Amino acid sequence: MASELKIVNGRVYDPSNNIDGKVQDICVKDGKIVDSVSSTATKIDAHGMVVMPGAVDIHCHIAGPKVNLARKLQPEDHRHDPHPSTEHTRSGSGGVVPSTFATGYRYATLGYTTAFDAAVPPIAARHVLEELDDTPVIDKGYYAVLGNNIFLQQLIKEGRKEEFKEAVSWWVNASKAYTAKIVNAGGDEPWKGKKNSNVHDIDEKSDVFDISPRDIISAFIDAAEELGFPHPPHVHCNNLGHSGNYKTTIETMKTAGDRRLHIAHIQFHSYAGKLGENPLSAGREIVEYVNAHSNITCDVGQVMFGKSTIMTADAPSAHMTQMYTHSKWINADTENESGCGIAPYNYQEHVYTNALQWAIGLEIFLLSKDPWRIVFSTDSPNGASFMSYPKLVKLLMDKGFRDEEISRVNQKAMNKSILRELDREYTLNEIAIITRAGPAKCLGLKNKGHLGIGADADITIYTEEDDKEAMFNAPRYVIKSGHTVIADHEFVTDYYGKTLHIKPEYDPAIENSLRPFFDDYYSMRFNNYAVSDDYLHDHEFISMREA
Amino acid sequence: MSDTTATKAPVKAKEENKNIKIVKDATCTFCGCVCDDMELTVDLDQHKITKAKKACVLGRAWFYEHTLDTRPEVLIDGKKASFEEGVEEAANILVDAKFPITYGMSDSTCEAQRVTVDIMDTINGNIDTTTSVCHGPSGMAFQGVGECTSTLGEVKNRADLIIYWGGNPAESHPRHFTRYAVTPKGMFIPNGKKDRTVVLFDVRKTPSTPVADIFVKLKPGKDFEVLWALRALVKGKKISDDIEEQTGVSREMLDDLVDKMKNCQFGVLFFGMGLTMTRGRHFNSGALLSLATDLNEFTHFVAKPVRGHGNVTGADNVVSWQTGYPFGVNFNRGYPRFNPGEFTTTDLLSRGEADAAMIIASDPASNFPKAAIEHMKKIPIISLDTKDTVTSSIAKVRFAVSTYGINTGGTVYRMDDVPIPLRPAFESTYPSDQDVLEAIRERVKEKLKARKAA
Amino acid sequence: MAETMILVPGRSQSQGTSLNEGKLKDEYKKVTSTAELNEKDMKRLKLKDGDKIRLKSDVGQTVVTCKSKKDEDLPSGMIFIPYGPPSSELMASDTAGTGMPLSKHMEVTVTKAR
Repeated sequence: MASELKIVNGRVYDPSNNIDGKVQDICVKDGKIVDSVSSTATKIDAHGMVVMPGAVDIHCHIAGPKVNLARKLQPEDHRHDPHPSTEHTRSGSGGVVPSTFATGYRYATLGYTTAFDAAVPPIAARHVLEELDDTPVIDKGYYAVLGNNIFLQQLIKEGRKEEFKEAVSWWVNASKAYTAKIVNAGGDEPWKGKKNSNVHDIDEKSDVFDISPRDIISAFIDAAEELGFPHPPHVHCNNLGHSGNYKTTIETMKTAGDRRLHIAHIQFHSYAGKLGENPLSAGREIVEYVNAHSNITCDVGQVMFGKSTIMTADAPSAHMTQMYTHSKWINADTENESGCGIAPYNYQEHVYTNALQWAIGLEIFLLSKDPWRIVFSTDSPNGASFMSYPKLVKLLMDKGFRDEEISRVNQKAMNKSILRELDREYTLNEIAIITRAGPAKCLGLKNKGHLGIGADADITIYTEEDDKEAMFNAPRYVIKSGHTVIADHEFVTDYYGKTLHIKPEYDPAIENSLRPFFDDYYSMRFNNYAVSDDYLHDHEFISMREA
Repeated sequence: MSDTTATKAPVKAKEENKNIKIVKDATCTFCGCVCDDMELTVDLDQHKITKAKKACVLGRAWFYEHTLDTRPEVLIDGKKASFEEGVEEAANILVDAKFPITYGMSDSTCEAQRVTVDIMDTINGNIDTTTSVCHGPSGMAFQGVGECTSTLGEVKNRADLIIYWGGNPAESHPRHFTRYAVTPKGMFIPNGKKDRTVVLFDVRKTPSTPVADIFVKLKPGKDFEVLWALRALVKGKKISDDIEEQTGVSREMLDDLVDKMKNCQFGVLFFGMGLTMTRGRHFNSGALLSLATDLNEFTHFVAKPVRGHGNVTGADNVVSWQTGYPFGVNFNRGYPRFNPGEFTTTDLLSRGEADAAMIIASDPASNFPKAAIEHMKKIPIISLDTKDTVTSSIAKVRFAVSTYGINTGGTVYRMDDVPIPLRPAFESTYPSDQDVLEAIRERVKEKLKARKAA
Repeated sequence: MAETMILVPGRSQSQGTSLNEGKLKDEYKKVTSTAELNEKDMKRLKLKDGDKIRLKSDVGQTVVTCKSKKDEDLPSGMIFIPYGPPSSELMASDTAGTGMPLSKHMEVTVTKAR
């Protein structure tokens, strides 16, 4: 593999560097974008093609214990979608929860070069890191589920703020995670300890810990701010899926004040209407809040019709799905750290709620005033598999196509949505923002999502086509860290990307508080809990924000 | 690979100038409990573990008996050979076979398991683990109905009703009661066993029976009927009047159990191979998993198979993440296919389909059905094991390998899917199975490339 | 006199400890070829501890040593034996499409071996 590469004649979309469709050359040396290369560099003639940075998935579920349970659960979904090996690549199984190899290769075939798994309890850190090591092509990382961590909740309850910060930092370090994830704050204890009940109000105090979801969320925002996390707490709000939950979402965002906060799959938290009745859209209310508050970032969590799999640390919400579908169901409790629910699901065009969910996600995209902060996701595979991303791009870019799709779905739902009135069509530049530059910026990844000098040479080259779904479905070339992995639509080599993680500082004295808790309430030894660097394989730690 | 950040420098004790090392928080990989609180005293001169504090009787045997032996590293047709010759012969067998299979892996690290799947993917072979004759039927039931489950720490912290069904942990998983489930005090179980009710279902009295507050003796092969009756009663449905006659369990007993199950705070159903290996197999496991799921309408209830060998749970996880399926996976068509009964080892051997087999860390020749063992004697076998076994004694190529957790590091998954690191005690003169498998993989790939070029 | 009984192979502690010594060692062989029978059954079959019995299934037969268990511990009509080569000898290979042979509920006939 030559270490120098020059992509010539391509139309470049690089929003971070204000390049919007200009024909210019991109030079690559030793895995990075450089100013110029020697005349012997390998050339790719990208005439008639669109050149973008590799895409970045800020929120998906691709590896770790819950993903593997969901994989094992659904042989019927793999069976119809085998992923054969090639001369260069491993075999696997597809479906909405593909095997690790299929996941990496399929992300690459959509032009994605980085993805983050959104929720893994830290006790399973070794598991997710081993799976990520078997996930080819892409760079990858994960968020550690800490929001229902019992030790941390005790510190919040006792007002031990400084120790809380140290403990969060210790946990992120010990698990090699990228940020703290909060899922249905305060909901695990009633679920596990009070016969499958849940917390419903952001200010409802837990009778075990005497703190509210708001107290928990606020404590994490403070800690991440002080520690300088490149990506703020990644929050899955309370009341996911319930009619009327948008008020909880807005209250959650208000909790942040002017501090940084990321709201995950916000579509699932944008429902108006009365609890227990059919939802109505609160897409507009939610977007208006986000538009007006530059400290907030979010990913949409778009729903697409067809097979999905609900998999979440929010065990009560998965149970709600199961009560509705009567499908097979997994509930898996992780000691002191998390809950987990998994249920196969199918979003259907003719179902009012599903059609409305689809419309709300699109409303959020189309009403967004800042594509840098309202970024692309389907919460794969919760809203839909990542394999549906190209179709979502087409829905955003092509009003005619969108109208056709609108005419095919539940009309009662469409009458409750303003979707028909929204004429906006995303430009290629805006697509490059919501799939590349925006998520990279939200994540604090300075070397990703753009093609400026010094950036990682993660590059996607598409043949320009009118049908944007077809275009984004099959990049002509994919270059990962300077290696041409896909050329003329075919894999020409195998490649394994890096694990991305952070190393916030902490005072080792916090271990004196943690150790007795582990001795009493964990089933594994404290000394065996923290993960060694051996599990990182090829990795890069992303530096903290300057104070 | 060991956990460098968490490992303390080995403490050397001065004891008659002996070269002694203490390894704290070492992990025992004998059974699926994967206890990680061992304190090992290692005599580095004698290359043996002389003391294993906290270990149960099985754990002590595991640690004390895995010493360095004098077996040749490689035997081909019973004759001593070099490592390279062994690898060459093994690679030839695998590449020449039309239907090569691999089996075992439950006493290997995940790192070795990953290499094994790669080899089978490369040669379009068949991969199966000891799961297929252990909780394979539970895996099938899981695919049908799902599972409400938890890590063992939740049981320790919360479970006030603990039911064992078709298992004898006192003899198979001795510390299950004391470290995880029955006696330990937990966050919401301040008084340990006093705060819990323990029920045990079995067809016979075993050394586990005394731990139970309630022992339910059922007729052999009637597990499904009892489970289904419990499901019906939980849902308020009628059951047949002659239930006691059919199953050996009285209606009064069933009513009392249903009452306890619906009214506990956090219930758990642990189940053993008494369900999977007997009449009904995956239907039994499915009925039990469904019972636990049904009970979540009333309270919090979980179920958990009590898995056997040290890393059989890791094998399930690795094979699942790499192929999408947990065991019985076939690559003949260049992609994974799953079909228990077709691609499971007992069937492939009994039907005489496999024409070569690589057996890793297991001994099917001593516990498979007779017909399967007869076929094993007719085909070339590659065996990797820490001890001589019936299987290794009929192998064409036999590798002696070091022992995971005693000589080598790596990752092992406890029965509740929690990954645990290993802290090796002393070095072995033998390579690890991972070393052997990596060498075989390399030779296999070279041979295939050469064939393609030719 | 031959009688049909249900053979339930399983794990035992001594089977577990002896396999660590080695499966080709005498202790493991001894453990896995000792079957437990109900005391009343043994009396009826005129067997005493240490006697050899022949177990026979549709696929094979094996000779093992017998040992009595109290009536309340092991039901009449049931035989327990730790897993090992002797139990394999009797095991049928049909897995009913599961991969799992019926290894805990095997119909066998019992006779005193001479």
